[in-house]
Amino acid sequence: MSARLLERARTAGIGDIAELVLAKQRLSREDGVRLYKADLHVVGALANHMRERLHGDLAYFNVNQHVNYTNICNKLCRFCAFQRLPNQVGAYWMTPEQVADKITAQLGEPVTEVHMVAGIHPKLEYGYYLDILRAAKRARPSIHVKAFTMVELDQIAKKAKKPLSEVLPELIAAGLGSVPGGGAEVFSERVRAETYHLKISGDQWLETARTVHRAGLKSNCTMLHGHIETIEERVDHLDRLRLLQDETGGFQTYIPLSFHPDHSEMADVPGPTALDELRELAIGRLMLDNIPHIKAYWILMDVAVAQLALSYGADDVDGTVVEEKIYHEAGATTPQHVKRAELVQWIRDAGRIPVERDTLYNVVWSDDPSLARVGENAPVAN
Amino acid sequence: MAVFRGRTGATQSEQDNARGWFYLLWCLYSSAMISEPSSGSSEVIASTHATPSGWRAPISTAVARTSAGHEVQRISERVEDGVRISPAEALVLHDFADISTLGRLADLVRRRKHPSDAVTYIVDRNLNPTNVCITDCGFCAFYRRPKHAESYVLTRDEIHAKFDELVLLDGRQVLMQGGHHPYLKTDWWCELFADLRPRYPNVNLHALSAPELDHLAKLDKRPVEHVIRDLKAAGLGSVPGAGAEILVERVRKIIAPKKTSTERWLEVHRRVHEAGLRSSATMMFAHVETAAERVEHLDRVRTLQDETGGFTAFACWTMQKDGVPEEEIYPDKATPGVYLRVQALSRIYLDNVENIQTSYVTQGLKMAQITLRHGCNDFGGTMMEENVVSAAGCFHLSPIDKIERQITRAGFTPLRRNSWYGIVDERFRGDRRPTTREEAATHTDVGVTR
Repeated sequence: MSARLLERARTAGIGDIAELVLAKQRLSREDGVRLYKADLHVVGALANHMRERLHGDLAYFNVNQHVNYTNICNKLCRFCAFQRLPNQVGAYWMTPEQVADKITAQLGEPVTEVHMVAGIHPKLEYGYYLDILRAAKRARPSIHVKAFTMVELDQIAKKAKKPLSEVLPELIAAGLGSVPGGGAEVFSERVRAETYHLKISGDQWLETARTVHRAGLKSNCTMLHGHIETIEERVDHLDRLRLLQDETGGFQTYIPLSFHPDHSEMADVPGPTALDELRELAIGRLMLDNIPHIKAYWILMDVAVAQLALSYGADDVDGTVVEEKIYHEAGATTPQHVKRAELVQWIRDAGRIPVERDTLYNVVWSDDPSLARVGENAPVAN
Repeated sequence: MAVFRGRTGATQSEQDNARGWFYLLWCLYSSAMISEPSSGSSEVIASTHATPSGWRAPISTAVARTSAGHEVQRISERVEDGVRISPAEALVLHDFADISTLGRLADLVRRRKHPSDAVTYIVDRNLNPTNVCITDCGFCAFYRRPKHAESYVLTRDEIHAKFDELVLLDGRQVLMQGGHHPYLKTDWWCELFADLRPRYPNVNLHALSAPELDHLAKLDKRPVEHVIRDLKAAGLGSVPGAGAEILVERVRKIIAPKKTSTERWLEVHRRVHEAGLRSSATMMFAHVETAAERVEHLDRVRTLQDETGGFTAFACWTMQKDGVPEEEIYPDKATPGVYLRVQALSRIYLDNVENIQTSYVTQGLKMAQITLRHGCNDFGGTMMEENVVSAAGCFHLSPIDKIERQITRAGFTPLRRNSWYGIVDERFRGDRRPTTREEAATHTDVGVTR
């Protein structure tokens, strides 16, 4: 099998890259740039090879819900359609009781995770963040709270008026279980200056992630692609994630986020197409050799892309997602949630074995218990 | 290459022989390879009419370790070598090849047929002159029985207005089909075509699917070839491939018992081709058919194409069941992954059909773009309005610039075509033929993108 793959890669002009992949060697930045220009089927096949080496046929999902506790934000990122100014029509923030209500409303569903992210509302005090964590855990003690992007954590530490390393233990005590990967955008200072200059820089994002990992928390990582960033800037972003991962090992999953233009200030930028998204996932898999999981976030790419992505390097499709708001404000036409049985069917139809995981990749349910045993950690080969 | 008209196909006994072999191979194959317990799929496919084999997508690395994996490899090499695959081999690919393999092979076949980087589409519109139908297909949400409050027949003025809108966009085709109206006979259609043809010389009348032609022949009580002859004289330019559903009688008896039979559907297209008109072929799948029946459908199309060479293109789509009369007999709507597999397989199998159309109306723009690297070389029509599929809760229509962007971002050059896959795009400098139905009738290499 690998001989044929190598032959195809040679024909496509990336034989040397295929040799590195097959030998489990790291790809250089230059290799990464070339992958953006090589034939998509071959790049996909290489990523699939790596994905099957790490995860076999397993494909992960979870049963989760989203709570976006406020859409009020002072970062004014030009690519965002979710943000509102404090007095703008549609602006909202949830009290801890309202956060708890969102979670209580799902008690009839087998939800294992709440994904809680929001805008940077300058008036929310440190105690509020602790309160919403406690409210979530009170509403459903078994739930894993994956909350606060690096950008929010930076804000929380500012509000707490102490270093993040001292804040994190308090957040953990209040119920924080892990940290999502959003807010990384593209680390390039050029892109930041043009599109999100009020947000923390790439260096600050990485430093925050380092602190999070040192506090013993796992996190995800992301890249927002398909707007004004160059190929080189994407590769630089991936390389910087990879270097931090070498140091901390704290990233569980990399999630490429597709820019959705509708209703944002950048509505004239069309955003990535399906084949662009597949390539981004495949290159993510190939470059990030030290991050175990690659997620095809179905809600922003569409079911079709997420299914095929499971053969383009991805091994996770995210979850049932009750009430997605951020991408739907930006014109996403996918449903705002999906039934667990449908997710299972998507994965089966994509030729993979569905495995329900919790946030930390412990197996909750497995379509093939001989390959992934319930209660154990998701098996990742090397 | 398919030579249109003049080439005699296989004799009936040869065809029977081939079908006999197909079933023999299928029986051997099914006993050897279908060992999967069916219990695992029962929760997924609730309906008793769901694919009886309990089809599950092949699991990539698991299959690679079995004899089926070797068989997939062997068949892949045959496709790579440009060898025609048998129905039994197609079934092996259907059941055991992973999507990467199917996609790669379909892409290969597509590039062989269309070495240039063009992806075509046609500026057209749908026009359903009537929704009155007496066929009562349980999968159709569009039709109304005669005298139903919502039944309609468009007036000539309404039809003209729709044509006028299309002409403003430099449209080249009106896909005109409707129900099987019990009183609208061939004369009505001939009169309509004779009026439209000189009035809109650039707009081809791509009209009346095989079941409708069959229906007209019944109303007239005369052979369908006479109906086709008259319609052609009045201005009919080409025939759409609708109503094929699945060309297997067991399936048709369940989903469309009153509709044209398999043999008759094929016979009508044979007559259309013999009359010097081109047509297209379609498949509506993921309802009550088995995997083997999907392959059998493809085989029926390929066999007729060997005989006549008259099909310009093939398109397939999945059953859209929301709101159809017999919704309860159908399984849940197939996921996009199922569509993509069968679509890729159709490109691999139909080695004598030049063009494969994507179905963005049912699958959406994102999947449509994906199919351009999984066997499709044509984006279909821009369809200013679409009534039939949209009546079944599925509606994706896109402005032309969005379609072109999908094509461009997939690495291809978008070009506008006519109904016979000749190019009508000022950006194109090469051979634009065929430009008329007469040229198309003698044109052996349909599609300039070769």
